[in-house]
Amino acid sequence: MQYLLLIYENEQNWATATASDAGAMMTEYRSFTESIAKSGHYKGGNALQPTNTATTVRVRNGKRATTDGPFAETREQLGGYYLVDAKDLDEAIGIAERIPGSRSGSIEVRPIMATGA
Amino acid sequence: MSGDDVQQQIARIYREDSRRILATLIRLLGDFDLAEEAMQDAFAVAVESWRADTIPSNPRAWLVSTGRHRAIDRARRDSRAAPLNAMAIPAVSPETPAIAALEDESGVEDDRLRLVFTCCHPALAQEAQVALTLRTICGLTTEEIARAFLVPVPTMAQRLVRATGKIRHAGIPYRVPSAHELLERLDSVLAVVYLVFTEGYAATSGDEIVRHDLAREAIRLARLLVELMPWANEANALLALMLLHDARRATRLSPDGDLLLLEEQDRSQWDANQIAEGLARVDAALRAGRAGSYAIQAAVAALHAAAPNAAETDWRQIAALYALLLSRAPTPVIELNHAVAVAMVDGAQAGLLLMDAIAARGELREYHLLHSARADLLRRLGRFDAARAAYQTALGLAAVEPERRFLERRLSEIRSPDSPKESPRR
Repeated sequence: MQYLLLIYENEQNWATATASDAGAMMTEYRSFTESIAKSGHYKGGNALQPTNTATTVRVRNGKRATTDGPFAETREQLGGYYLVDAKDLDEAIGIAERIPGSRSGSIEVRPIMATGA
Repeated sequence: MSGDDVQQQIARIYREDSRRILATLIRLLGDFDLAEEAMQDAFAVAVESWRADTIPSNPRAWLVSTGRHRAIDRARRDSRAAPLNAMAIPAVSPETPAIAALEDESGVEDDRLRLVFTCCHPALAQEAQVALTLRTICGLTTEEIARAFLVPVPTMAQRLVRATGKIRHAGIPYRVPSAHELLERLDSVLAVVYLVFTEGYAATSGDEIVRHDLAREAIRLARLLVELMPWANEANALLALMLLHDARRATRLSPDGDLLLLEEQDRSQWDANQIAEGLARVDAALRAGRAGSYAIQAAVAALHAAAPNAAETDWRQIAALYALLLSRAPTPVIELNHAVAVAMVDGAQAGLLLMDAIAARGELREYHLLHSARADLLRRLGRFDAARAAYQTALGLAAVEPERRFLERRLSEIRSPDSPKESPRR
């Protein structure tokens, strides 16, 4: 079986953390990532940019609507995800609107945090 | 040339060319904030180092190149470590941006056009699009924009920071949209320009002078769009629409600051040159093919502007134009305008029927102009009790002082004893 482990937290905690607290948290995440890689469990993972970089895409009556900000409906639940490479947000939105779920639900397009060396 | 002259010349270059320089630097550096810093650095270097005999022959190119070098130095110095993604295993080390890509300094006008589309990108909230456009394209300060939109300066600053942050982190591209989405994206650019205009034109609260500036900035923006995209008829039509409205600015308020209706305005005070330009542009936009919604609205404004007086206005054609607009993109406000025109052509009763239908749907329940327009028709039909009630409702909803005074004036006119059906009512 494969499992997706979703991390929910108050992003303000990161925004307001001191540099040393944030650094400590990063180090902990990095060693955790390495440990599950070593044990063979790791398939992939990413930190996301905060929600104020998000764009929500919906297609209704064949017309695309984009809104600034994250997906905020409680009537719909996370049902799947795609991780894609796109040259910019326009290309990512173009792919998002082709996802069948965009016609009845919402696709939140959230940038992945750059991979640090 | 004295040192003062050099400083004056730099000030002039800043005034005339800083937006072009900024647009090019944003393309070269790929970042709004870095580009802004780089431009300020470049002008600072110019102020320090230019002498009368050493002013570069192409000051703009010099400033762009100096700004770019400064930014690259800065980036090397404080290689601002991007936040690391500790949940991913890095595959390759991050690349340094290709310097070769930064060398192209051609296509300055293209840079401005790209910037317009980036600032008005639909992934940004519209209020952020407006703020960013005024800040980046028009060069207004954060304080000026905050004052014009009646929000605290820190709120506006935060809005701008968020917007440039989203452009950077979400990868909003810096380019003119491809052909298949160009018209749709142009719509959102024009919507921003028109919003800036209506904010400056419609509201009569707040700082009057700053708001007038907003209307002027909108007209300037539209001129820029027409210059950069001569094929865009809707941009030309929007420019015409704004010129025609703005031509009446001086006559919209009485000397006492009371709102004057179109029929009460002194037409000899309308700006004739601006009307002439507006009429010519409407004409061109209408000739160029299928009229868009700004072209139709501009055609309505042209009929008002061309009429020698209110009575001789071609209301029949105005009603037809609103009907056309309704068939394209129905909105309750356009429906209301249509009803007003129908009342002028077919009588108050016909207009009232249409307005009652709008009122029954409830979308404009909070819109004071629906209630005051209904009140006006009821008054003309002699239904004074109903008219009074409608004016009262309008008064309860109107926020702006001159509009409130106008409604109170109307109310008191109905209360006057010569109203035939005036009767005390509990």
